[in-house]
Amino acid sequence: MRREPPQTIGDYAPLLFPAAMLTIFFVVPFGTMIAVSFFQRQQGGFYTPAFVFDNYGRFLSAFFGGVLGFSLMMAIAVALCCVVLALPFTYMLTRMARSVQVVWLVALLSVLSLSEVIIGFAWSTLFSRTAGITNILVALGLMGEAKALTPSFAAVLTGMVYQAFPYTVLVLFPALVRLDPTLTEAARTLGASPLKAFFTVVVPALRNTIVATLIMVFIFALGSYLLPQLLGRPQHWTLSVLITDQAIYQSNMPFAAAMAVFLVLVTLGLVALTVIAGRKGEAA
Amino acid sequence: MTSIFRKFYFLLIALFLALPLIVVAGVSINEKQTLAFPPQGFSTSWYGEIFLNPEWRNALMASVTLAVLSAAVAVAIALPLAWFLWRRIAPWANIFQLLGVAPFTLPPVITALGLLTFWATVGFYGQPWTAVVSHAIFFVTLPLVTLSLGFTSIDRSLVEAASTMGADERTVFRTIVLPLILPYIVSGYAFAFVLSLNEYIVAYMTVGFTMETLPIKIFNALRYGYTPTMASVTILFVTTAAIIFGLVARFGDLPKLLGAMSSDGK
Repeated sequence: MRREPPQTIGDYAPLLFPAAMLTIFFVVPFGTMIAVSFFQRQQGGFYTPAFVFDNYGRFLSAFFGGVLGFSLMMAIAVALCCVVLALPFTYMLTRMARSVQVVWLVALLSVLSLSEVIIGFAWSTLFSRTAGITNILVALGLMGEAKALTPSFAAVLTGMVYQAFPYTVLVLFPALVRLDPTLTEAARTLGASPLKAFFTVVVPALRNTIVATLIMVFIFALGSYLLPQLLGRPQHWTLSVLITDQAIYQSNMPFAAAMAVFLVLVTLGLVALTVIAGRKGEAA
Repeated sequence: MTSIFRKFYFLLIALFLALPLIVVAGVSINEKQTLAFPPQGFSTSWYGEIFLNPEWRNALMASVTLAVLSAAVAVAIALPLAWFLWRRIAPWANIFQLLGVAPFTLPPVITALGLLTFWATVGFYGQPWTAVVSHAIFFVTLPLVTLSLGFTSIDRSLVEAASTMGADERTVFRTIVLPLILPYIVSGYAFAFVLSLNEYIVAYMTVGFTMETLPIKIFNALRYGYTPTMASVTILFVTTAAIIFGLVARFGDLPKLLGAMSSDGK
């Protein structure tokens, strides 16, 4: 039974349910959100159909600019930390015994599947005064007395790196598995140290993969909606947190929707960049 | 890279990944209702609390029901779509593949907000079943990617042989395709199930004011102070995820499954 174009209308039948579900519950909601972003907000949390640009106009405020700048900076920091940590890790992981790989992959998937609520709770416990890491340092005699490390910028950054690290490894994993081992072998035979072989052969060979991974982790980090709230101060809030806050607590749906549309545009632009980076990688 | 450096680096990463969970595990066995580490006394009562306290039990039931149903709907959407794309040459149908991957690629708050405005507009806002549909759409990517991978690994000559010998479409699907694709259905379901169990923002925006899933319950509890049950639930979640992914690895090819995930999954 070869692949063939659909012959009759009946051949399209299997497509009916998936197409209907995805259209009604993804495309239509997406459209609704875009429509709402142009609506007029009323007092008391309601909104009426209209076509105004007020919600987008609010982007021009200094406050919004600050949040946007912080979100982008935060996501870049998370992406850089994750790729720097994960690249040597994943490289070494792909060269280990299969059974060891599987154990690590199960552990990474388990951490990746954790709710942001749980990650936030776990790190706020670890950074707390009574049950935190500082107690261990005090016990070791490295610190005078235990103190709370949260809320702070470092706490938000650590939490977000924790959340994105397993994702980074899983994105890098396929590319590193496929990396030709003879490349490093050749470098080693010619007298390069393992470290030198890694930086002069592996890293340049993976340049496009690294760029694509950086962008994907950046997008992933942009989506973090709870950690800045649980581990940081209000000045550490990102665009995702602000959208949630406007939609739920301030009941300003049109403004939340406008920010969400903006976030989609930023994300799509970056996805396009990733695809271009990937294409170049194939051509090279 | 040298072996000592490798061991040290892996230890460091393991510590980074495990440390918060070790502290939470320690906190969860505190005897009294205090946030203390190392734990003072030993008690497993906070684990019993999940099942005995009606609030936590209801949240657990809500989460498990939601995950069981939404993962099933996600597979029900992904299976016919993946089968159609494998069986037919219809390039325009790839747009549905793209739509299936989109909710997972975009920041989650966007899908959540879209669904919130949608349910509010059509007047079903807050109904429990809307969360099932919302999660099914949000996580359809996972069974879709695993199933697409499963279909490409089917040897077409098997199918060809069956149909030359007179098997019709239905028989071929039941006797050849389904048994070969079953492991991928199971792993796709498992991924969607675990992630639905842990999902917060979509559930919160669709049904957050009418029912509590476990992540919503933990978040609400966090805002009003601390209770060790949060810690025991966290450990329950991590263990569940580890067991399910462990089973997927035991009965399937995890490196292969993940090797394909990000190449078509982005």
